[in-house]
Amino acid sequence: MAKSETELTWKDLEIGCIINDPGSARKYESGTWRSQRPTYDFNKCIKCGMCAMFCPEGCIDQNEDGHFEANLFYCKGCGICARECWPRVIKMVEEEE
Amino acid sequence: MTTRVGVEVSIALADAVKLANPDVIAAYPITPQTHIVEHLASLVADGELDAEYIPVESEHSAMSACLGSAASGARTFTATASQGLALMNEVVFVGAPMRLPIVMAVANRALSSPLSIWCDHSDMMSVRDSGWIQIVGENGQQCVDNIICAFRIAEDKRVLLPVMLHLDGFNLTHVIEPITFPEQEAVDKFLPRSPFPLPLNPDKPVAMGEFAPPFIFTEAKWAHEMVMTNSKKVIKEVWDEYEKAFGRKYYAVEKYHSDGAKVVLMTMGAIGETASVAIDEMIADGQDVGQIRLRLWRPFPFEELRESVKDTDVLIVLDRAISYGGPGGPLASEVKSAFYDQAKKPKIVSFVGGLGGRDITVAGFKDLINKGVEIAKTGSKNEYEIYGVRE
Amino acid sequence: MEKYSVYVPRLIKKQENFAPGHRACIGCGEALAVRLAFKALDNNVIVVNATGCMEIVASQLPNTTWHLPWIHTLFENAAAVASGIESAYKAMRRKGMAVPDNTKIVALGGDGATSDIGLQAISGALERGHDFTYICLDNEAYMNTGIQRSSATPFGAVTTTSPAGKKSFGQFSWKKNMPEIVAAHNIPYVATACHSYPFDLMEKVKKAVNTPGPAYVHVLNVCPTGWRSATDTVIKLGRLAVETGVFPLYEVENGEYKMSLDLPKLKPVTSYLKGQGRFRHLSDDLIQQIQDRVNLDYEKLLGKAKNGNKRTARNSKKGTAKA
Repeated sequence: MAKSETELTWKDLEIGCIINDPGSARKYESGTWRSQRPTYDFNKCIKCGMCAMFCPEGCIDQNEDGHFEANLFYCKGCGICARECWPRVIKMVEEEE
Repeated sequence: MTTRVGVEVSIALADAVKLANPDVIAAYPITPQTHIVEHLASLVADGELDAEYIPVESEHSAMSACLGSAASGARTFTATASQGLALMNEVVFVGAPMRLPIVMAVANRALSSPLSIWCDHSDMMSVRDSGWIQIVGENGQQCVDNIICAFRIAEDKRVLLPVMLHLDGFNLTHVIEPITFPEQEAVDKFLPRSPFPLPLNPDKPVAMGEFAPPFIFTEAKWAHEMVMTNSKKVIKEVWDEYEKAFGRKYYAVEKYHSDGAKVVLMTMGAIGETASVAIDEMIADGQDVGQIRLRLWRPFPFEELRESVKDTDVLIVLDRAISYGGPGGPLASEVKSAFYDQAKKPKIVSFVGGLGGRDITVAGFKDLINKGVEIAKTGSKNEYEIYGVRE
Repeated sequence: MEKYSVYVPRLIKKQENFAPGHRACIGCGEALAVRLAFKALDNNVIVVNATGCMEIVASQLPNTTWHLPWIHTLFENAAAVASGIESAYKAMRRKGMAVPDNTKIVALGGDGATSDIGLQAISGALERGHDFTYICLDNEAYMNTGIQRSSATPFGAVTTTSPAGKKSFGQFSWKKNMPEIVAAHNIPYVATACHSYPFDLMEKVKKAVNTPGPAYVHVLNVCPTGWRSATDTVIKLGRLAVETGVFPLYEVENGEYKMSLDLPKLKPVTSYLKGQGRFRHLSDDLIQQIQDRVNLDYEKLLGKAKNGNKRTARNSKKGTAKA
């Protein structure tokens, strides 16, 4: 059972506090930050990928239909994808919860 | 067997570095370390030493380049003094917790102001708490031997801490002393390659130098402290092995007629050798005196110190650095704290002298010791005594 | 600059070496720039990061955002640490130790870490000619510590240490021209880039990294937090910075200047300034000063470039790009 971060002892630390686990920050749910989220009308999507290009989180990827969709685990709701989408597929709406 | 030769200590130190076969030397010149880095540059230029010599634009960048080099897994060396050590201060503090095995020679010189190019220990004291292993050399032979031991100590997997070697500026760096150099083959055997376990390498990516919020910072510091205190065992091992390989034995606290002596003088650095002459003369004169010389500054050798003066009544400590408005001599205040909780302890008298290259002669040492004994008897209204100031 | 194809997935690699889960602000242009820059490179890279936004958001113990070897030490020494790594690899390779070939070293530093506190280290590293690339991530202030001014903060901008008040109009000095300072070191490759021109940025980073010797790329990043702009206008503002001539895109290859973009006419600077709260307080007079200076600097740059559009130079003399 992996320890939570606040349970780590000095012996658990690697030498020099080196991190030997590339990309381990992927476990952090930055999606909890957002106050608005992207919604999609994929009928208009031309699969150009510009939203994926411009996402500062790098969390937009192709779904099974090949359309580009944000991973809400990470999406912070900045709205850049909605603004840059030419065919206007994406619309930002307020987070309900 | 090698012969003994007369060599300027700076040159000898650089030749010892050559024997250790470093990969990268990043150095910035500052009096009185210049001869060390100059000789290293000429060794590289002549192909006698296969290393990358980075002529950096400041000491801050010198130590920074050393961080990068050691982090990549290369054997790394630099040297500095005084203002240079002060300029690289923040980098020095960073290198130790990052566990980078850098070896640095410090030609002890007074910190400004006023500007002084001459010897004292104020620069050493400015990095006392940096977390480096710190060893002091008192003569040229020790400096050469210290260099070779330093790489071995630093790179030991149980240690992996940077090592600072102190030597008196001018009093050592610019004097010719008799040195016996170990042979290259023997040094190669003593100093095998010991690769850093987690270097910067695209084949196995690591992240170094992260930031630590309060929930984990204490653990990070304690991990470093544990390594530091446990390194004393490794240092002793290395010194034992060095004796077997090269015939010279070193101790954390060197004893000079101190066993059973009622009055003991404690020194650090080359001035101790002058003091030893005074001790000899006083003993010949029938006085019950001895000397101890501190060679291992960090980790502080508490047991060895207490053992060396267990029968002593008066311990006179000479500091070549001052802590303004404080307990005076940093070494003396550490010694006092080492004895505070002990049931049996000597009377400790703190003297500050030899600042900014001021010599203390043999006669001066006799005078100092006698004064110390007097103060131990009568007490003093001062926290410490300053020796040799014209009032 | 080539027209980008609509099929992005075919042109850039999928792998995110600067992974999601980082703690950059919502809509951070700098995170985008770093993400894009490392999409242009393979995995045989070592990253040296100065203290700053990108270092902090990526490296909270005990996790890391990076999939590449990464080191951070201090604020002002990224170039010096990179010099050490470059020399170490050179020495270790020569001595036959097991290190990969052709490993590229990329130093990342913010505008403060580059043009202020780190100027000495970068100048030294460039002068010594180490084979590394320095990417300056310019968001025009010390953003990580709370939006304090740097020498890269533009004239008139409000920051916490150059606030606008009764006796001050904000930043009193003009943005330090760091690419020119670097070009004066006669290094083989210098370029300016912006995340709003992603393919241009990626090409320049690739070119810089593959140029033997030192190379420098200065990237302008929009910071909605510090510039007080809407998070979704990040890309638009970057485009405007370039299209108004405030931040021209160009390269200096072996001393030869080359514009990256053909701009027949510069947009007026007001179109760029108005989307940003940090310029909200500017009087018309100050805006005109900015416009005049932009025109002047752009003309000078065109004069140096072999392929500059000379018509633009003539137009701006007539003062057509009005505030």
